[in-house]
Amino acid sequence: MSRFIVRRLLAMVVVMFVISLLTFLLFEAIPNGNPAFRLAGRTATPQEIHAIEVKYGFNQPIYVQYLRTMKNIFTNQAYSYTQGFNVLSEIKAGLPATLSLAFGAGFIWLFTSILVGTVAAIKAGKYTDRVLTILAMFGVSFPPFFLGAVLIYYLGYQWNIFPLGGYVKFTTSPSQWFVHLVLPWFTLSVLFIGFYSRVLRSTILDTINEDYVRTAHAKGLSDRQVLLRHTLRNSLIPIISLWGLDMAQVIGGGAILTESIYNLHGVGQLAAQSIQRLDIIPILVIVMLTAFAVVVLAAIIDIVYAFLDPRIRLAV
Amino acid sequence: MATSAERLGTGLEFSDDLAGFGGSDEEQLPPGIGPWKLAWRRLRRNKVALFFGGLFVLIVILCLLAPVYAKDVAHTTLAAENITGTVKEGGKQVDIVSPTDIPIGPTWHSRYFLGADGNGRDVAVRLLYGGRNSLQIGAIATLITMVLALILGVWAGYFRGIADGFISRGLDIIWAYPAVLLGITLGTVLAVGGIGPLHGTNLYVPAVVIGIVYIPYVAKPVRGQVLQLREREFIDAARQQGQSDWKIMFFEVLPNLASTIVVFIPLILANAILLEAALSYLGAGVQPPNPSWGTMISDGISTIPAAFSNVLVPGIMLVLCVMSINIFGDGLRDALDPRAKVRIAH
Repeated sequence: MSRFIVRRLLAMVVVMFVISLLTFLLFEAIPNGNPAFRLAGRTATPQEIHAIEVKYGFNQPIYVQYLRTMKNIFTNQAYSYTQGFNVLSEIKAGLPATLSLAFGAGFIWLFTSILVGTVAAIKAGKYTDRVLTILAMFGVSFPPFFLGAVLIYYLGYQWNIFPLGGYVKFTTSPSQWFVHLVLPWFTLSVLFIGFYSRVLRSTILDTINEDYVRTAHAKGLSDRQVLLRHTLRNSLIPIISLWGLDMAQVIGGGAILTESIYNLHGVGQLAAQSIQRLDIIPILVIVMLTAFAVVVLAAIIDIVYAFLDPRIRLAV
Repeated sequence: MATSAERLGTGLEFSDDLAGFGGSDEEQLPPGIGPWKLAWRRLRRNKVALFFGGLFVLIVILCLLAPVYAKDVAHTTLAAENITGTVKEGGKQVDIVSPTDIPIGPTWHSRYFLGADGNGRDVAVRLLYGGRNSLQIGAIATLITMVLALILGVWAGYFRGIADGFISRGLDIIWAYPAVLLGITLGTVLAVGGIGPLHGTNLYVPAVVIGIVYIPYVAKPVRGQVLQLREREFIDAARQQGQSDWKIMFFEVLPNLASTIVVFIPLILANAILLEAALSYLGAGVQPPNPSWGTMISDGISTIPAAFSNVLVPGIMLVLCVMSINIFGDGLRDALDPRAKVRIAH
């Protein structure tokens, strides 16, 4: 077991190193992207450009630049070239909004999809199941920015029920915090509910045919007990691990569309703004940290699985 | 999912086994009917899936007819702007774009049938041309994803060992980036620089980006399935006959992946069209003046609350298109997976 954990963690570190290198190189590959030109402005003299190159180290070999960038990021010295702010503190400033969005929406979509998926599986093939299937398909087909625009227009501009966007701190006003987040929560959840409920429906249908479920029925447990204690318990494992990974992505700025349309000033919106300005450092840090979070969580999930299921240990 | 091809091969036995105890409404199958014919029978009975499949075909045909519509119905072109002009509506002349920059809404006439955009261009014409672009990008991206994912997945699963290690870790790396973030990162980098001979504003740039992003989502399940397939007797038999690895991969493994491929194509197509819209909305996808559903929604959003029909028109079209692909794909999956049918009896 400890051998498995060590190997899994080592693989994780290698993947993280490659991710950091790849993300860095991706931005280095921007042609005409020498940041010195953009920093110096249009009328800069070659001397000025050279001075900026020396100051930020753009004239050094690429591996030196890579090491320097990584060192800056991990010592909290990473500054945006074009916008001037400290990247990590800017991300920290965006985190409350992003975390509020992620956890609120996360619980909504987890519990709703468990409910919807279970009902669809119990009623498989019946009318209820077909309606739920169509609804789920409708949900996964809705781009968040379009759904957000529709909701803002009708519930915001037309009927004045909800604010038009923005984020209010929980400490400032809990009720305003809630009111501002209702639509973003809903918008972000719709997509995931559609997807998760379909996954859960099929895993439940897989589990129903297992021997231990038949045994549970045979020893006289009620349908309800079998469903809750035997079927659902096992079917939820893939859903929960999926949920962990998706939460990591959303917290790391993956909800970029929802955050942008509702103007939440979270991590995702910071990424969107930086991309529009071709501001390399913030987007590099955000993309890299998000990928890190996903890799770390995936490793944790693998290790937990290995604890639960010894067969996995042998497979690696 | 991972073993749908295996199930397909034994579909008849499954149905026969279970006909006695669970499947009361199990169809009486004529002997010797092939798996594909069986799937087609199931699909044919799924009227909802067929309806949405038809709807998708209709949308594709409409979008392909965009030049015809522009020339013969709307009597305009894709790029024709008309900021100062007027149209006759309800007996009086109305500005196409009002002095306060608010474009006209749907007129229900052949010209400006769905209204105009901020530059006085015909929205209906742009909708169809934009649909052509969105569908084209989706199709090319799907092709790229499927071909590369199959090569990587089959290679890794068949040869295992070092090749598998490299490919699997590589897929893990792509997969670790959130799809939208990776898409906009690549999209921005390539929109500035282009790919080799392709200029950054070329339509194929977002198609390549989207194609790359979705590779792991297909390659990982394919690899898993190949890992199981290669242990089967018929592969052993082929190896005993002295067939080369290439021949085995092409003529023994690949045909057994057919149902997986068929199931994945609509899934990836729907997601590719959605991702194109998202990238275009964020400015990292289709570049103006080319229209796509995503850029049109994005343009419309920038004028909220005026002219909301410019968000609704492309948005509804996008949702209808993606939803019809998704529902048809779901029906296809049910049809190709006999166990799903059998289980419905529970």
